[in-house]
Amino acid sequence: MLRSMLFLPGNNPNMLINGNCLGADAVIFDLEDAVSPAEKDAARILVRNTMRYMDFGGCGRIVRINSIDTPYWRKDLDQIMPYKPDMILLPKSGSAADVLAADEYMTELEEKLGFAANTVGLMPLIETAMGVENSFAIASSTKRIRALFLGAEDLTADLRCKRTKEGREIEYARTRLVVAARAANIDVFDTPFTDVNDDEGIVVDAELAKALGFSGKASISPRHVEVINRVFSPTMAEIDYAYEVIEAIRIAKEQGKGAIALRGKMIDAPIVARAERTISMAVEMGLGREV
Amino acid sequence: MNPILYPASAGTLESSDVFVEIAPAENGIEIDLNSVVQAQFGEEILAVVREVLDECGVENASLRIQDRGALDCVIRARVETAVNRGKGEN
Amino acid sequence: MKTKLVNSIREAIALAGLKDGMTVSFHHHLRNGDYVLNMVMEEIAALGIHELNMNASSVFDTHMPVIEHIENKVITSIQCNYMAAGVGRAISEGIMDTPVQFRTHGGRPSDICLGRTPIDVAFIAAPTSDPMGNCSGKYGPSACGSLGYAYPDAMYAKKVIVITDNLVPYPLTDFSIPESYVDYVVQVDAIGNPKGIVSGTTRITRDPVGLVMASYAAKVIEHSGLLKDGFSFQTGAGGASLAAAKFLKDIMLEKNIKGSFGLGGITGYMVDMLKAGCFQRLLDVQCFDLDAVESIRTNPNHQEVSAMHYASPSHRSAAVDSLDVVILGATEIDTNFNVNVHTDSNGYIMGGSGGHSDTAAGSKLAMIIAPMFRARMPIVTDQVTCISTPGKDIDVLVTQGGIAVNPKNAELMYRLKDAGLPVIDIHELKEKTERITGKPHHPKFGDKAVAKVIYRDGSELDTIYNVPVK
Repeated sequence: MLRSMLFLPGNNPNMLINGNCLGADAVIFDLEDAVSPAEKDAARILVRNTMRYMDFGGCGRIVRINSIDTPYWRKDLDQIMPYKPDMILLPKSGSAADVLAADEYMTELEEKLGFAANTVGLMPLIETAMGVENSFAIASSTKRIRALFLGAEDLTADLRCKRTKEGREIEYARTRLVVAARAANIDVFDTPFTDVNDDEGIVVDAELAKALGFSGKASISPRHVEVINRVFSPTMAEIDYAYEVIEAIRIAKEQGKGAIALRGKMIDAPIVARAERTISMAVEMGLGREV
Repeated sequence: MNPILYPASAGTLESSDVFVEIAPAENGIEIDLNSVVQAQFGEEILAVVREVLDECGVENASLRIQDRGALDCVIRARVETAVNRGKGEN
Repeated sequence: MKTKLVNSIREAIALAGLKDGMTVSFHHHLRNGDYVLNMVMEEIAALGIHELNMNASSVFDTHMPVIEHIENKVITSIQCNYMAAGVGRAISEGIMDTPVQFRTHGGRPSDICLGRTPIDVAFIAAPTSDPMGNCSGKYGPSACGSLGYAYPDAMYAKKVIVITDNLVPYPLTDFSIPESYVDYVVQVDAIGNPKGIVSGTTRITRDPVGLVMASYAAKVIEHSGLLKDGFSFQTGAGGASLAAAKFLKDIMLEKNIKGSFGLGGITGYMVDMLKAGCFQRLLDVQCFDLDAVESIRTNPNHQEVSAMHYASPSHRSAAVDSLDVVILGATEIDTNFNVNVHTDSNGYIMGGSGGHSDTAAGSKLAMIIAPMFRARMPIVTDQVTCISTPGKDIDVLVTQGGIAVNPKNAELMYRLKDAGLPVIDIHELKEKTERITGKPHHPKFGDKAVAKVIYRDGSELDTIYNVPVK
C-alpha cells in the first residue's frame, strides 16, 4: 500500500533516523535538491548507512538520486543499490532515453550484485514540459518503471508560470500524467503541497489529486502525511460496497449467471478489480477481512 | 590503500550528528573524542571509529571527534566521508 | 499618611531586620528575565549578611550569581521547585554542604502555609504596584501576567517587600496581592528584561518527531473517554505539548466539544482554545507568552489563581483535583513509569518538578510525551536516575515509536487498542529503542547528597547525589 511518500533531506541524521516513525507509507531519501554540491558525498554515504543499519519495517524506501546530467548519479546508485531500495526516484526525467540510461546502469549493478533483474524499481520524476509531453513514452519505456511522479515546482518554472495553491497551472500536467501512467498500467504520485502550515489547503489538494486518479501523493511535512493517508484510503462505505461486489460475484458464479447487477448497476470487470484493490487496502489497514 | 593526505572534516555539530576532523599522521591512529554521551557510549563510539578506519585501510591518522549523540550508523558515515575526503577520493 | 515607600532595596532589607541565618524568598514569574533575585542578593551580600536559606520558587540561569553567593556562604541552603542547568550543574558538582530541597508547585505553598518552611523576608518582584503595595503582574513594561506563585510568600512571610519598576498612584485596583500583606515598597529602574520574561508568540514545533508524538497525544485524549463536554486540560510549553494542544483543539472543534477549563502555565495556544470555545475558563498560575499576558489582562474568563489554589495538597481543594488530562514531559521514565525531570542522563540537575507531580496526582489522565531517544539516550530506562513523579500517578507514555500504557490503567489500554493506536508494552518499547541506540552504560555518581526531592505531601521521594568532577 503506497499512499503517502515523505521527503527526508539526505544529509540530516535526525530526520533520517526517525524516518520510519513519521507515518508515511514510504520515505524518499533525498540526495538531490536537499543536499548542497559540497555535501553530495556525505549524504550518499549517510543515506546508504541509514538503509544498511536502520530497520524501516513496513515503511518503503525510495531514494531520489541526482539527475543524469550531473556527475553524481552513478556514484549515488553505486552506494544505494546494494541495499535494495524499493524505488529510485529519477529527477528531470524528460524522455524515454533519460530513463533508459538510468535503467541500463541499474541493470548493470543488479547483475554485478547478483540481484534478479528489476529488483529495484524506477519512478521517473516528471518536472519539465518535455517530460510531461513524453510521459507515456517514459512510462512505457522499461519494465523497471513502477510509477510516475509529478514535480510541480520545477515544472512551473519551466512553464514560466507561478506555482499557486489552487494549482490551475498544473491541471493539464496532472491529468496528462494520470492518463499516461494508467495507460502504461503503473501508479502515479502527485507533487507535494508545500505550505506546511496550511492545514486546510493540504486536504483540498490531496482530495483533488485523489479525484483525478492519482495513486497517492508526496509530502515534505509529516503533518501532511496523515491527511494524505486518510484521503487515499478507502472509506468504510467503499469497503462495505467492495465486499458486496465480491459477494454478488460469488453468488452469481454459484448460480451460473453471466451478467450481475448490484444496487441497480451492472458489475463488470473494472468494478470487480476496483473492489479487489479496495479490499486489499482495507486488509492492510486492519479494517477488512480477506476474501 | 591510500594514506590520509589532507586535513578534512565531515558532519555537523547538530543534535544526532557528529563532527569528524581527520589529519595526516605518522604513528598510528590517534582519536580525541568528545561526546555528549561519553559516559554512556564512549567505548562503543571509539570501537566503531576504529572499525571504520580499519575497513578503509587507514593506518595512520589523527582524528578529533565531537559527537552530539549520533547513532552508530551516522558515526560510521561521517568517519568514512572524512576519510574519503582526507584521501582526496571524493 | 503612612508610606511604605523606601529609597532602596538595601534600606528595605535593613528595615525588614534581615539577619544571618534567616530565610528569604522569591517567585519566578519573571523567569529568565528576572533581575530582582540578583539585585537583592547582591545587596544582602554587600550588607555582610550570611548563612541565609533561599526559598525561590524556581532558579533560572539568569541567577548564576547565586553560585558566588553560595561560595561566599551568603547562601547556605536552597529550597526551590525547579533549577535550570547553569546553577544546577554547580549544585551537582557539590558546592553546597546542605542538600537543595526540591518541592513541587503545590508542595511549596502547602509547606509555607503549614509553617514547615517559614519565610522571614519575601521579595516580590511586581510589574506594577502602588506606594502601599497593591500590586499586579498584568501591567507595566515588565508585565508577566499572573503572580500566582507569589501568593504564599506574600501571605505568610514575616516581612514582605514589593519591588517594582512601574509605580502607579494609590490605589491600584486590579491587584493580585493586596496592600494588607505588604510592609515595604521599593521602586527600581527595571525588575527584569521583558525578552526573558515572556516569549513572543510561542510557535508550534516543526520537528517531525514532535508532530508525530503530538498527533498521537491528541488521539490518546480523543479516545480516553474523557474528551466530552466539561473536559479540563493542562499542557506544558514544550514544542510537542503545544502541538498536541493545537491538534486537540481541532478535534474538539470538529466534534463540537465544549470543555470546562484549561489550567496551569498558560500559553497562546490555550488562549486560542478559550477564544474558540473549547474552554469556558482559563485558570492561570503563570503566563508563558505575550498572548497569555494580554488575555489575562483583558478577558474576564481568564482567571489568575494562586499557587495554593493551583496545586496545594493540604488545602481544602486545588484546581489540579478537578483536572481531567495533563500532558507532561520527562528526561527519563522507567519501566515502572517513574518519571525523572530533575536531572539529565549524566546526573546533573537541570530542572525540577514544577507542577509535574501535582498535576499527575490530581488529574484523571497523566500523559508523558517524550521521544524514544534524545541524542542517543533512550527515554525508557530500567530505573530512573531520580524519581520526580512516582509511576503510580502516570497513566501513559507517548513516543513516536509507540504508546505505552501503565498496566494500572487497563481501561485506557483497551480503549487505545480499540482505536487502532500503536500500543506497546513499556519493556518492549525499551528494547525497541535500545536496538536503535545501543544499551547505555550508566555513569557513576558520588556519595554526597546534593539535593532531596520532596513529594507534594512533604515525604521524601528521592535523593540526588553529586556528579564527580573529572
